[in-house]
Amino acid sequence: MKIDASLYTHRALNDLLRSRTDETSVENCLGLRFIGSGLSHGTVLIDGVPGNALGAYLDGAKIIVNGNAQDAVGDTMNKGEIIIRGNVGDAAGYAMRGGEIYVEKNAGYRVGIHMKAYKNNRPALIIGGRAGSFLGEYQAGGFIIVLGLNDDGMPIVGNFPCTGMHGGKMFLRSDCRDVFFPEQVTARPAGAEDMAEIKPYLEKFCDAFHYNPSFIENAPFTVVTPDTQNPYKQMYVAN
Amino acid sequence: MLQKEGQVRIPSGCAIAAVISKTGEKIGGEKIVAGIRTMHERSNGLGGGFAGYGIYPDYKDFYALHVFYDDNGARTDCENALKDLFEIVKAENIPTRKNPAIKDAPLIWRYFVAPLPSRVAAMQIDEREFVARAVTRINSTFRGAYIFSSGKNTGTFKAVGFPEEVADFYRLEDYAGYSWTAHGRYPTNTPGWWGGAHPFSLLDWSVVHNGEISSYDTNRRFIEMFGYKCHLKTDTEVITYIFDYLVRRQGMTLREASSVVAAPFWTTIARKPEEEQRELTYIRNMFSGLLITGPFSIVLGFSGGLLALNDRLKLRSMVVAEKGNTTYIASEEAAIRAMEPDLDSIRSPMGGEPVIVTVNKGVLEDGN
Amino acid sequence: MGIDFISAEFDVVRDDARCTRCRVCEKQCANGVHAYDEKNRRMTADETKCVNCQRCVAFCPTRAIKIVRNPNTFRDNANWTASVVNEIYKQASKPGVLLSSMGAPKNLPVYFDRILINASQVTNPPIDPLREPMETRVFLGKKPEKIRRRPDGRLDCALEPQLELALPILFSGMSYGSVSYNVHKALATAARETGTLYNTGEGGLHKDFYAYGANTIVQVASGRFGVHKDYLEAGAAIEIKMGQGAKPGIGGHLTGAKVSGDVSATRMIPEGSDAISPAPHHDIYSIEDLRQLVYSLKEATAYKKPVIVKVAAVHNIAAIASGIARSGADIIAIDGYRGGTGAAPTRIRDNVGIPIELALAAVDQRLRDEGIRNNVSLIVSGSIRTAADVVKAVALGADACAIGTAALLAMGCRLCRSCHTGKCNWGIATQDPALVARLNPDIAARRLINLLTAWNREIKELMGGMGINSIEALRGNRLMLRGVGLNEKELEILGIAHAGE
Repeated sequence: MKIDASLYTHRALNDLLRSRTDETSVENCLGLRFIGSGLSHGTVLIDGVPGNALGAYLDGAKIIVNGNAQDAVGDTMNKGEIIIRGNVGDAAGYAMRGGEIYVEKNAGYRVGIHMKAYKNNRPALIIGGRAGSFLGEYQAGGFIIVLGLNDDGMPIVGNFPCTGMHGGKMFLRSDCRDVFFPEQVTARPAGAEDMAEIKPYLEKFCDAFHYNPSFIENAPFTVVTPDTQNPYKQMYVAN
Repeated sequence: MLQKEGQVRIPSGCAIAAVISKTGEKIGGEKIVAGIRTMHERSNGLGGGFAGYGIYPDYKDFYALHVFYDDNGARTDCENALKDLFEIVKAENIPTRKNPAIKDAPLIWRYFVAPLPSRVAAMQIDEREFVARAVTRINSTFRGAYIFSSGKNTGTFKAVGFPEEVADFYRLEDYAGYSWTAHGRYPTNTPGWWGGAHPFSLLDWSVVHNGEISSYDTNRRFIEMFGYKCHLKTDTEVITYIFDYLVRRQGMTLREASSVVAAPFWTTIARKPEEEQRELTYIRNMFSGLLITGPFSIVLGFSGGLLALNDRLKLRSMVVAEKGNTTYIASEEAAIRAMEPDLDSIRSPMGGEPVIVTVNKGVLEDGN
Repeated sequence: MGIDFISAEFDVVRDDARCTRCRVCEKQCANGVHAYDEKNRRMTADETKCVNCQRCVAFCPTRAIKIVRNPNTFRDNANWTASVVNEIYKQASKPGVLLSSMGAPKNLPVYFDRILINASQVTNPPIDPLREPMETRVFLGKKPEKIRRRPDGRLDCALEPQLELALPILFSGMSYGSVSYNVHKALATAARETGTLYNTGEGGLHKDFYAYGANTIVQVASGRFGVHKDYLEAGAAIEIKMGQGAKPGIGGHLTGAKVSGDVSATRMIPEGSDAISPAPHHDIYSIEDLRQLVYSLKEATAYKKPVIVKVAAVHNIAAIASGIARSGADIIAIDGYRGGTGAAPTRIRDNVGIPIELALAAVDQRLRDEGIRNNVSLIVSGSIRTAADVVKAVALGADACAIGTAALLAMGCRLCRSCHTGKCNWGIATQDPALVARLNPDIAARRLINLLTAWNREIKELMGGMGINSIEALRGNRLMLRGVGLNEKELEILGIAHAGE
């Protein structure tokens, strides 16, 4: 079913999406917010630029965007899949607890902030290009993978990555010689075991965006993990 | 009783948009309206406004004063004061059209003026300083009169309402300029006051801003040492004065001024080459009272260009795109796509990274 | 006994069941309060000698001792309080000026406690200081009015000499003589470790501490003790001490008994000689003379050191500060009414000067009204008790705060206010070698470092709550403050609104 987004309010569109069980194609989208909020089933294809908070609280549905997305994609997402054939804005994957987000190109600031894992849920956020500052701030679980596939000479990640990280893993396809990590994390070259962990995501990335997986072999990956789950205990004195 | 700007400080959220032709081509006002309209959700109908550059080619050598009056008494008093300082070559009502959403309009007048040379010479200051002081004095001492635009070949149009309604009210489609900025406001208090809407302007500076800065009073108390008066207690007002002070009065470049207000962190500075470290340290130390903290994305308009800047933590979103010789800036990509669906490139500048776009000078002088 | 008798202020309460007669209390008390009664095999106490320094309490291995207020009382009288009455008895007995130590203990308003700090909600975000960058670096010194450019067009980054602090806190001037060698060693070590400065006070600089010069402010007071070229060049900055909050308008007097050995050598005066600091600098009888002293010090040190002028907060402090700002001084240090001292006449300490909060607010506003706030930096002290006080002071307009009493407390001081006796049981305000040895300078330094580190964390927490991530955006940010229970005049002087406004 095809829908012209310009004829809908976000409330009407989400009502419609909730009633659908198969694929819905949303066309002519220009800044409409909250698309797929909390959606648990079906597939939504979006042409144009969806507005902020795309797929917030997503709970099982699949969203594919042919183009760029704005801020707060997959905010507090629980389950499902979001595929962006372009860039995402700031704070994508904020507090996501499960599901997967694939971004073909670049991501903004504070991406993957407070991503966490719980029981069987292990969220994953895969970025094909580069990420802005504060990547994985307070990361508490799951995987953040940045591939740096664009060739524009800019660093793969901005300043202050992993500040407050206390769980999960971050993978950067770079030797990270110029990246400054905070004290409470360890960055080391990814080993075979690490790579095996993210292999399914890399395959899916290649599949979603038609990439040849050769990039996995042709550059080193760095894996970053926190040193402790409770990095701030020593900050306090009982009073 | 609810207080208006100036009596109380009113924080607000917002949407901003801008467009500029690097070759000085004329862009109709309707273009920027198409962009800002897309971000309706970011404002709440309590303020909207626009600034256009190159819109008064027939009067390009005169300062264009846009004034709100509470009543005709205030107008008479203010006009007498203006006549004392300026030669007024044209005085008129700014044309508007009825819009059901725009209510309680004040009297809105426009004057094209030239400072009286004898008065400028007597004060031993340059002409722009003369105009700035005259505007500051009238706005601080004249009841019921408020000059909200005072640059050459530029004009600000603002009101209480959603920006698209404000554009309709002011017949923005009747104007064409080489650059435009726009603002939709989301104040958290008061029914809104026309003067408090954005852009805030002084001389040819105009600022549209999204966010609420936490350094406000530090910035205000610093800048007020140099003759500025922050009547409105708004972020845009103080940001405008900061740029005026740093660029016009201190002679800094826009890039240097950006390093004052959105200074890199010390840890970032420590990683720069030595010469740059020295400069950035000097800038932070010298103008420490003008560092702006808290979220902001701003577009600063000036004669011949625009500057877009995010706070150093990039707590607000801002997107910059190119198509041919035109540059687009907005809080959201959707707003840019509404102005130009088919873009050559689009990107999000980093926190504290100034984006400066200027019009080819020759074109500006000849064509505008 | 008899007419001169003054009832002890404290009672020494000893739990005889807990007491093991180990006599630690006796050894620890330099005032001779505790004694052992061989005959009855028990400890006794002469509580009239007790200053309540808590040393015996802290060191009693069985926690058998408590020092409590003596319940003996005069008839209740809100006007003629016991302390007033006892002071009359003391002066009726001996015609002397009453002498006290540390800051004024009177119950005057503490404005810091009537000021509350803002926090962000919704319209702008608080910042998480534990994870996000949060800057507390401060530069102190004069800033030129205009930028200058080099011939190649780039910024000329040359500035008058500046002090760079990692956090907006310094240690106040406390002289070697009034405090012990180990105190200076601990302060110097902590200043170096935390990236700030300590201050020699007016007693000169011990040769052992020249090595800490980059973290030292050397003071030049009216007595000019220990002031010579090497001394001036040793420090990162020179402070001209015009006054002190605890005793504005008067000088100082270190008795000859304390001028022994190293103190004599450091002050460059003979052993046993009284060290008298005149009330004024006798080369400064007017503001233009201050300029003369400022520039003579700058000349002596080739304009490489910022010059600080320290004054007590007095009634017309705003005008005084304005004069200092135009004297060539780079930094003004203002010490408030509640500031500490090693010895001061009681009447002066308790009745002269004004609270630092009001002085700071008035000075900052005055310098701004005159457009010269950027010509000088402001250090305030007297008394800064917590990180919240620092934040409030900076928001009122201070560049940095200096702490004296708080630093001494960190090293063990129990605020018994008996520094002038020279018998400090904690080894701080004494030159008695046995007592000095009680203060381990390494442990004391660690405690100072802990304190500054903790305060800096708290400053960041408070700033983060306000959505401010660099201290310079807090300086003078009075919108972040609200008063509670203050009258209109107080609010006007502080330049803040009342809570609820």
